[in-house]
Amino acid sequence: MDRDQEKIDSFTRRAFIVGGLQGFGLSVLGWRLSWLQLVEGERYTTLAENNRINVRIIPPSRGQIVDRYGVPLATNLQNFQVLVTQEQTEDSEKTLRDLQSVITVDEADIQKALKLIKRNPSYVPVEVRDNLAWEDVSKIELNLPHLPGVTVQAGELRSYPYKDATAHLVGYVGRVSDVDKMNDKLLSLPGFQVGKSAVEKKYDLDLRGKAGRAEMEVNVHGRPVRQLGIDPAIQGARLVLSIDAEFQRFVQQRLSTERSASAVVMDVETGEVYACVSHPAFDPNSFSGGISTMDWEQLRDDPTHPLNNKAISGVYPPGSTFKIVTALAGLESGDINRNWSVFCPGHYDLGKTRFHCWKAGGHGTVNVVDALAHSCDTFFYKMAHQIGFDKIAQMARRLGVGQLFDFDLPEEKAGLIPDTKWKREVKGEVWHTGESLVSAIGQGAVLSTPLQLATMLSRVVNGGKEVKPWLAGFANDKPLSISLTGTFPEIGISKRNLDIVRQGMEAVLQQGGTAYGSRISEPGMSMGGKTGTSQVKRITMAERARGVTRQEDLPWHLRHHALFVGYAPTENPKYACCVVVDHGIGGSAAAAPIAKDIMLEVQKRDPKSKKLEGTG
Amino acid sequence: MLITHSRIHSDDMSFIGRIKQIAWGQVVLICALACIGFLCLYSASGGSLEPYASAQIMRFLFSLGLLFGIALIDIKWIFRSVWLLYGGTLFLLILVDLLGHVGMGAQRWLDLGIIKLQPSELAKVTTVMALARYYHGKELADIRKIKNLLIPGLIMLAPVALVVTQPDLGTGMAIIFAGTAMLFVAGVPFWLFILGICSAVAAVPIAWQFLREYQKNRVLTFLNPESDPLGAGFHITQSKIALGSGGFTGKGFLEGTQTHLNFLPEKHTDFIFTLWAEEWGFLGGVGLLLLIGMIILYGYWIAFRCRNHFTRLLAFGLTVNFSVYAIVNIGMVMGLLPVVGIPLPLMSYGGTAMLTVMMAFGLIQCCNIHRDSRLPRGF
Repeated sequence: MDRDQEKIDSFTRRAFIVGGLQGFGLSVLGWRLSWLQLVEGERYTTLAENNRINVRIIPPSRGQIVDRYGVPLATNLQNFQVLVTQEQTEDSEKTLRDLQSVITVDEADIQKALKLIKRNPSYVPVEVRDNLAWEDVSKIELNLPHLPGVTVQAGELRSYPYKDATAHLVGYVGRVSDVDKMNDKLLSLPGFQVGKSAVEKKYDLDLRGKAGRAEMEVNVHGRPVRQLGIDPAIQGARLVLSIDAEFQRFVQQRLSTERSASAVVMDVETGEVYACVSHPAFDPNSFSGGISTMDWEQLRDDPTHPLNNKAISGVYPPGSTFKIVTALAGLESGDINRNWSVFCPGHYDLGKTRFHCWKAGGHGTVNVVDALAHSCDTFFYKMAHQIGFDKIAQMARRLGVGQLFDFDLPEEKAGLIPDTKWKREVKGEVWHTGESLVSAIGQGAVLSTPLQLATMLSRVVNGGKEVKPWLAGFANDKPLSISLTGTFPEIGISKRNLDIVRQGMEAVLQQGGTAYGSRISEPGMSMGGKTGTSQVKRITMAERARGVTRQEDLPWHLRHHALFVGYAPTENPKYACCVVVDHGIGGSAAAAPIAKDIMLEVQKRDPKSKKLEGTG
Repeated sequence: MLITHSRIHSDDMSFIGRIKQIAWGQVVLICALACIGFLCLYSASGGSLEPYASAQIMRFLFSLGLLFGIALIDIKWIFRSVWLLYGGTLFLLILVDLLGHVGMGAQRWLDLGIIKLQPSELAKVTTVMALARYYHGKELADIRKIKNLLIPGLIMLAPVALVVTQPDLGTGMAIIFAGTAMLFVAGVPFWLFILGICSAVAAVPIAWQFLREYQKNRVLTFLNPESDPLGAGFHITQSKIALGSGGFTGKGFLEGTQTHLNFLPEKHTDFIFTLWAEEWGFLGGVGLLLLIGMIILYGYWIAFRCRNHFTRLLAFGLTVNFSVYAIVNIGMVMGLLPVVGIPLPLMSYGGTAMLTVMMAFGLIQCCNIHRDSRLPRGF
């Protein structure tokens, strides 16, 4: 059997080779296993954790905005949305059609939902409609057995109970624009809203709050399997405004008799704004759920600018209200005094040019108090001719006209106080004396906002303190205004001269004054102020010749603006206001009566006597 | 004679005597490997016997009976019916190609009503049997002649050709591996294998033309799994993450995150080793490799003990077959080899695979029992 033995030996040798190969194979597997699990184990553990854990952002609830008494101006309402989850439906389109038979759903919404269903994994709920009314919610709940895959979810919707009355102050929220989304996961959440205007925009970061995180274990399809940990969201700060909401509404209703008007009422010492109204306005609630293009275009193109807050961003020639500044500039410069008088024949001649006083017959001999009371233009022409406009411009700036206050509304505008330097640098032209005359009575290039005029008056009547207006008091307990932690510095105007101007402003509301008809005679209450009428369009000689001099005959948008700045009471003033009636023709006829009602109301309500809510 | 003290008793062995001759050690190792499989399947279904583990246990118990049944058959019966079995397998393979049931993009099953028969699984066993039968009576001098390579070559390549056209590349390659190993140990000249390897390498570009699209994809994603991390490379990448994150001691029984969150594909079939190593770590993984190694060693021990060439070659060939499956499957889930769709024997969920593996071990046991039998020479 040698041949057999040879065969066996050959088999044995070669089997050892094959066995060796197998052993090698198994060793390679063992080496590979040790490489994966021991050397690279940590890296793969991280990868496995990344696979497993999905962090979900929990959106914070937006902070409330309240008025000085804690009355809500912006809150969050539950917003019911109806969602469809494809994997729970038999046929998502059929489910949507069934839903349509239960509640009204636009065809466009159906198509949008179908598109989203196609794009998303089948377990992702897709929004079909939001802002569901209670009846709709109950109708859906009732029909749920016949609507597989349909769910109702409660989200949050920003709500503004005072609607158009506070629209310009509180602002509104909207979807995040793509530019803002950069790198912020919270902002990328579908449906997340940020402040788009006014206080909602300015204090957006405070109001937004802090997002929470929920760590979810997810499977390979991204579907959450269980919750691992939760870091709850922190609600946004509660923002307390200086506004008296009911008073704000009163002012808004009072202004609504006019086509277009604005008003500011503020505290002459602390700068708290009690009311800031621009009429007409809009309902910010219509923005929260998304406004239709048609409504938006209508708001945008309206000549009365309902989207703009004219009280802070409307720039008007201040007209005769500017004479307060001019008078103070003259008195402070020492060029004039209480007794300095001018004879007004109804005009002032500068070389060959004749500058008309508003009163064709003239005022006769007037001193500074009379000139303010009767709003004599000639007096101020003469004075400006004598002292030049640069001193007046300087005084205007010290009093806040043409200045930004870093007010709490981002829409604040600066206006303009021209002077010789400005003319030279910006226009590249020489300042003419005639411009001094026109600017001295608040015409020409002088532009200011109602907020600035109210602030100017406040500084005059509070004894010359550099008060600044503000709206936002506290974000939770954090004070936002310097007036809550300190005092305003002195501007450095003599009390004597301030008193002279105040005498003039008191005389405006007295017998013979331009706003006598709007005086406040209730016991213990009073008002001082100054009327103003600012030209939008000069009346040309040709028109004068044709006899088209009556403002009422002009188209609305060419008529004069009517202004009034007032303070109350006359002794120890607390409140200052500025009322502007756009194209209202005359300050004494259109603006002063409104100011009277507003200042009477604010003295009755006396918001200054109650400290800002949240102070304690 | 190397083995001088062995008894010659097989011809008149009693039933009890045969049972005593069963290599119980290997049976125990097989049962241990299967039990590890049950644990994995229990975990794969999220800690439940349903749907995998219970069915697999039933199959294993049935197959274990089959193993003993085959083990106790007289080897002469098997020896005589080799050609019949081999021919029958070829017939079934042709039948599958003609009327085969279409599933998974491949025609592999014959639906017999109760079970779906996979003739390619049978082919793995019967091809080895046929080669062992062929070389049993051959002289070494004849074996070394090139012209005598024709018949064994045909025996090996006929089922391969039929299996590959199904197409089932994995099984075809496994038959080639085992068959080549048998040709090698039978005594075919060494230089032929060197030549074969060289020509196989040269044939790769030609073979590439004949691959199906999904087979090409498998090879491409194996070469660069990161090229398509969410598509075809996903399986390999996730399997490696699962293995690696298991670490030294593993994540614990039923705690495998990759498995239970479904990041691991085919966890109950082809990727069952990954499941095990994720939950039991390096210790469990190496333990499993050692267990497989011991089963293979046992097969070699049996082959070396055999005193006739048929049983010797049969036990060897079937052992190689088992080891090829185990090594290729584990190499595949570790990202060392392309994903070829080969199950891990004894562990992966599946009826036919379990049945054929246990049949093979039954035959190995049969070889062990009848290691001293005299078998007639000749074709």
